[in-house]
Amino acid sequence: MKYEATIGLETHIMQKTQTKMFCACRYEYGAEPNIHVCPVCLGYPGALPVMNEKAIELCCKAGLLLDCKINPYSKWDRKNYFYPDMAKNYQITQADEPLCLGGHLTVEVDGETKTFTLERIHQEENAAKNTHVAGASLVDYNRAGTALMEIVSNPCMHSAADALAYLTALKQIMEYGGISDCNPEKGQIRSDVNVSVRPVGQKELGSKVEIKNMNSFAFIQQAIEYEIDRQTELLENGGSVVQETRGFDSERGETFSQRTKENAHDYRYFPEPDLMPVKISAEQVEQWRSELPELPAQRRVRYVSELGLPEYDAGVLTADKATSDWFELAMQHTQNAKAVSNFIMGEMMRLLSEKEIPISESKVTPEKLAGIIALIDAKTISTGAGKQVFEIVFNDGGDPKAIVEEKGLAQVSDDSALEDWADEAIAANPKPVEEYKAGNAASINFLMGQVMKASRGKANPGAVMQMLKQKLDG
Amino acid sequence: MTEAKEGMDVGYVANLARIELTEEETALFQGQLDQVLHYVEQLDELDVSEVEPTAHAFPVFNVFRKDEVGQSLDHAVIIANAPAATEGEIRVPKIIDQ
Repeated sequence: MKYEATIGLETHIMQKTQTKMFCACRYEYGAEPNIHVCPVCLGYPGALPVMNEKAIELCCKAGLLLDCKINPYSKWDRKNYFYPDMAKNYQITQADEPLCLGGHLTVEVDGETKTFTLERIHQEENAAKNTHVAGASLVDYNRAGTALMEIVSNPCMHSAADALAYLTALKQIMEYGGISDCNPEKGQIRSDVNVSVRPVGQKELGSKVEIKNMNSFAFIQQAIEYEIDRQTELLENGGSVVQETRGFDSERGETFSQRTKENAHDYRYFPEPDLMPVKISAEQVEQWRSELPELPAQRRVRYVSELGLPEYDAGVLTADKATSDWFELAMQHTQNAKAVSNFIMGEMMRLLSEKEIPISESKVTPEKLAGIIALIDAKTISTGAGKQVFEIVFNDGGDPKAIVEEKGLAQVSDDSALEDWADEAIAANPKPVEEYKAGNAASINFLMGQVMKASRGKANPGAVMQMLKQKLDG
Repeated sequence: MTEAKEGMDVGYVANLARIELTEEETALFQGQLDQVLHYVEQLDELDVSEVEPTAHAFPVFNVFRKDEVGQSLDHAVIIANAPAATEGEIRVPKIIDQ
């Protein structure tokens, strides 16, 4: 029998707000523990939450970027549970009326275009950070109550590659949209993954297993692959899959069963009495829509159709927002898109990865790269010399033009210098000269190479060729 | 919400609420809470099929604040209020057994 897997993701994304969801405490990653806390996020009796306007805006804009319908009426609910990561003993979330409904995301998986649909996006608050030590757990409430939205996909994916493509696109869109920095190391994007397996042709989904709270995309991929294999093998051997929550052991690359006691949650949701519902008008939605930035897919199309770049270049340049923004800035100073693209994909990416720094820290600014390209386009320097200048600026900074002068990198197009080298090459190599004159046109390339060598690469190849032809044909 | 009709399992709810009850207390509260639920059940007699569910009695919406940083509590105050602390973090009994 053949089996197929079905995968759904619940992705938690921390929004880029200054303050928490329901109180004015600052959100700051890596701060000293328990310094950004107040009676609201510590759940002190009588403290009242107030909605962060910006978080609502960002959640709805995320929804618009993913083609969701913005719910004209949404409300808040309490999800009750006892765990020290939530001091109030409940989490404020949205159960039956979330901010965004539906939506979808189109991605390419192994060259095939696929559309994955969303169920909803709801707004909630983050939990505190726990650290478990011998005999005790330590809690830092700085993260408690920060703005967190949950993007729930439908069970519409069928492989680890699908899930990876979905997550990669989601992250990219959230970054481009300014919704979140989506830094997995900072826990700004974390996913719960639901995996089930059923015989092909069976209508009902198989029993699902939930793998909780993973931030690394590589681990998510491994966990899904492991889980599909595990469940398929169970079914093939006549067994059945237990519906449960499993953890992922990244060292062994395996999922493992977590205590079933934790699964029997009864959250007793009820409407949050301390917060009034949210109404969002059609005008507000249109206002937000008009403020949405260009997405990677739109940029890719524009790079190809308007700037004439190959599809491949457009894909590489838009893969992350920082690179794409850098490219956009450079294009404000030059018309030569392909040259900018070549430098970014070649020298820039190589040097950035060697130095392990982000593009924002490159000493070659968009303006300086445009300067280097202008020097090449004006034939002042060769492309090779341009790469040298790039590397010098990248390492030590400085002005491209000054470096060209200082290092004597300018191409020689000046006739008198070229003439001397051409005469020398012709005098020293009678055989190729003879061959050329006898009709073997390719022999001129040897002479050209001699001139380039004599000039130590600084001669302008076009001018050399012209000079040689003039002398030999003349 | 079928709990009311079937009666409430006080032992189960007490466990969810992390309240420790003796057998006598469980029996006592079971009776009392069943009575309360029975009393509330009278509402079932009303036809509410035409009434929209509401989360709030007041027609007030969109009570927002700007995303501006305000005053947090002093760290020392928080630690003083905590049951125990280690290096600025609040220490609680171990909550995971792995």
